[in-house]
Order: sequence, then C-alpha cells, then structure tokens
Amino acid sequence: MAYDDKYEMVCGVETHVEMATKTKIFCGCSTEFGGEQNTHVCPVCLGLPGVLPVLNREVVNLAIKAGLALNCEIAEFSKFDRKNYYYPDLPKNYQTSQYDLPICKNGWLEISVNGEKKKIGITRAHMEEDAGKLVHSGETITTSNSSGVDYNRTGVPLLEIVSEPDMRSVDEVLAYLEELVQIMEYAGISDCKMEQGSVRFDVNVSLRLKGSSEFGTRTETKNLNSFNSVRRCLEYELERQADILDEGGAIVQETRTWDEGKGMTLSLRSKEEAHDYRYFPEPDLMPLVIDRKWVDEIRSAMPELPAAKRQRLQSLGLPEYDAGVITSFKAMADYFDAALEKFDDAKTLANWVMGDLSGLLKANSCSFEDSPVSPVQLAGLLTLIKKGEISGKIGKTVIEEIYKTGKDPETIVKEKGLVQISDEGALEKIIDEVIAANPKSVGDYQAGKENAIGFLVGQIMKATKGQANPGLVNKLLRGKLAE
Amino acid sequence: MKISRKEVEHVALLARLKLTEEEMNQYTEQLNSILEHAAMLDQIDTAGVSPTAHAVQLYNVLRDDEVKPSMDQEKVLKNAPDAEDGFFRVPRIV
Repeated sequence: MAYDDKYEMVCGVETHVEMATKTKIFCGCSTEFGGEQNTHVCPVCLGLPGVLPVLNREVVNLAIKAGLALNCEIAEFSKFDRKNYYYPDLPKNYQTSQYDLPICKNGWLEISVNGEKKKIGITRAHMEEDAGKLVHSGETITTSNSSGVDYNRTGVPLLEIVSEPDMRSVDEVLAYLEELVQIMEYAGISDCKMEQGSVRFDVNVSLRLKGSSEFGTRTETKNLNSFNSVRRCLEYELERQADILDEGGAIVQETRTWDEGKGMTLSLRSKEEAHDYRYFPEPDLMPLVIDRKWVDEIRSAMPELPAAKRQRLQSLGLPEYDAGVITSFKAMADYFDAALEKFDDAKTLANWVMGDLSGLLKANSCSFEDSPVSPVQLAGLLTLIKKGEISGKIGKTVIEEIYKTGKDPETIVKEKGLVQISDEGALEKIIDEVIAANPKSVGDYQAGKENAIGFLVGQIMKATKGQANPGLVNKLLRGKLAE
Repeated sequence: MKISRKEVEHVALLARLKLTEEEMNQYTEQLNSILEHAAMLDQIDTAGVSPTAHAVQLYNVLRDDEVKPSMDQEKVLKNAPDAEDGFFRVPRIV
C-alpha cells in the first residue's frame, strides 16, 4: 500500500545557494571552485585570533536581489548572529549567520503541477557563511579513524532560503525546487552548478492522516545535492514513516542523512548533536540599514525571470510545454532569445532549438553556452529554409556541417551546391525520367493506389540528392500523372 | 539561584569543557553571582525599547568584491597539530 492512500505529506525545504561573488562573504579570498586544498584561505576565514570580518557588499546586493525575485519583504534593519556548534569543518566553532533579523522574509513563488498553479510561501532568506569540506580516511564518517579538512569553501557566501511547509506531494516539492533554482540562476544569484554543490537542500517532511489539519512529527534530511536525490529520498522517507505509523509507532523528530548508494535515509542522532546553538548578535560585524533607494536600484536592474520569460514565449505562439522546456535552462533560453532577434518565427525556431540543435549538443556533451552553432548561424539557416532556398531536410545536413566546421550556413549551401532546385524545367526533366523508369508505380497510382506516389517522390528526391523543392515536385508530378 | 548546576554541566558540555566536581561547584556559584549582578538591569523599564544589535552606532561597513591574495598552504598548515597532503588532519569525528 502506498503512503498516499491513507496519509497526506507535508513538506518544507531549506535551500542553501552559493552566491556568485568573486570573494568570500567576510574576506578577500577567492570563491573559485576546485583550488588545491587550503589555498583559498586567510586568517579571517581560518578564524585565527584577532582578525575582523568585513561584509562583502556584493553579498548584500545579491541577497536583496534574491529576496525581490522571491517576492519577499526586504528588511530595513538586519544583522548577523553567531550560531555556536563544534564541528571540524567550522574553524571558528561558530557559523556567522542571521537569526532573528534576516534580510528577506514573507515571500512566495508559484509552481505548476499538472497544469495546476499553486503559491509556495517563502518564510525567510538569510545570509551566512559556508563551512569547509571534510575528506574521510575511510569509506564513511563512521568507519574513519581520521578526516582531512579543506577550508577553501569556508566563508563562501550562502543564501539560505526557507520555505513554508506548503508542499503536499513529491511532485510539488520537485516543482518548487526547479522553479527556485531557475529563479536563482536567471537572477544571477548563483551559478547553480549542482554537480559542484552550489545548491543543497534540507528536506523537512511529515505525514498526517488525510483530512487532518494538524501537522505530524517531522524528520529533516540534510544535504541533498540533486533533484533526483530529493525525489528518491522523499519516496523512501515517506514509506518509512507510513510503515511506522501503520504499526502504531511514533516518528522521532530527528535529523537524518541520505545514503545515495543504499537508497535510504539514516538517523544522525547522537549526544553531540544537542541542538542548542546559543545564538547571539555578532559583535564583529556592524548591522545593515537598507534604505529603499538601495532596494529600488536593485529592483530596476532585475533581469527577466523564468515565469515572465515563459509567459513572453507563449505570447509569441509557443505551446506551454515548449516555453517550459526552453526556459528550463537559462543558457538555452538565452540562446533562443539571441536567435529570435534574427529570425522571428518563434515556433519554427523552438522546434530546431529543442530538436536538432539539442540533439547535436547532447550527442557531443556540449552545452548551449559553448554551442559551435551560434544563434546567428541557426537564424541564418532557418531563413534559408523559409525563403525556400534549401529544404528542411537539407537544413538538417547543413546544421551538422555548421557544427563540424563552424562555417556559415550560406557558405556551406554554396560550397556544397545544396541550393534547392525550384526550377520547373529542370525538375520536369527529372520527373519525366522517373515516370519512364517506374511504369509499375505509375500504373498503381493511376489505378487508385494513392500510396504509390510516395515511392515516385522518393525516387525524384534521390535523383536530386534531396535538393528538389518537395512542394513543387508534388505539384508537377501529380499534374503529369493526371495527364 | 539563576542557574542550576545541571545547566552549568550542559553549558560545559556544549563548550567542550571537562570540569572537575570542585570546578563545577565553583563555576555554578560564580556564574550565579555574575547573573545576580546583571539582574540589576531588570529594574529598568524597557517597554518600547528595541533590542540592541550592536553597542556601537555604526552601520553598513562593507567592502568591495575584490580578490586579495590568500596565504600559502605551507604557512596555513604551519600551526596545525596534524596535517596530511595539504589537509588539516582531525581525529575521528563521530
């Protein structure tokens, strides 16, 4: 029996997003990913005695921007606090975070699941510093005698975005996460490189009997780093909770971890983990006073966000599905917009971007940012097809050729002699030859077998290496056969 | 009594301090006298006063997002009790 026959799930998510700054939140060390261990560190982010942190202005700018993109109120007064706990990835033994006066609160974003729209509340979003990276000597933390610590990531600015417990299905959770990550990417808050851990999710979930209005006891599974992990983790955790409840047991409110290999969540309970963070105001940082002029400046520079982009694409004639696919990756949407400037038939363009070009890029593990076929080249190719200079079929050969050589479509068509044959005299000659060579098919067609014409068209296309104008071939051929 | 011995034990655990019986009694007593002294503040009417975020009235101390040189790895690890392959090495965590 599936959990959702009897129970309703309630889920809220905390999302940590690494902000796209050049330097860390409180010092000038680089935030670049992948440096040799402990080479992007200084006395400030190492927490050496006597140092003073200074807040990065760009972190505040991005946090305000994220808040506006998520329809939040931006606090006029905000401050940092110390969250105290001991863990080796935290050199100061406290994390500088925001407690009671976060920079953003009371926002929302809209999701769409099976055509139904729903608003998911954003409780708050606050700035904090990331922790370091641990490399365990054994296979897992529990089987290791020692661990190595790399503090390069320590102090990389994070935005923690806390949702309301508004989600009622796994699909809603995934829709929320995808929309959130898209907004962060479009607004330029983060590069959102999931494979580098730029976005991480903590998932809070509980079950309650259908029809009940009270929340059940929840668990929190920390540090999920892909949409797929979130889906699998939720499916496992919901069944686990349902099994316990079915047997009359009680859910323990606890923190759990997701084991990707085993495909299960595991309890992280331990005596060490007394959740007593003893927050207090950070005395080393001055509070923030954010006047409305500052907020308005950021608002006026806000780029087009995914929801607005989807709407614009639909208004250009794209179906909702196409608009959704094209906006799902910012690089793809940017590519589309750049090509649209030179070729204004949005639906045809969408077909090529989502079809042939996506296919080519995928086959070569290439991204839209690095596409060897530029938006201008694709627009040029589609213009040639639209003008009737080449057929759509030849177009597929040309796009592959652009991909391989980087040459412009016009040059390729000229060099390879691919121009469509629309000269009636030339076509008639070939059609006459094909009719003469295939008396059986001609007879079949004339006896009423409509399908037989397909074979004849095929022969003509073959004879012209696909360059015959198909519309014209059809017209001329039918005319001749009716004679 | 503002703070119980049990609370002192808890705070000591959170601060990773291993205290003897004698120290535990001593600190409970001392912490209580500090808290009693501070309790004087309770006499002040603070209705309508917002909590102080910082003792100094200074706001928006910010720096530009410009990369500054970091430390050499060798120097970074110089004071580490234990290090290996460029990592700080720490004993078993859990």
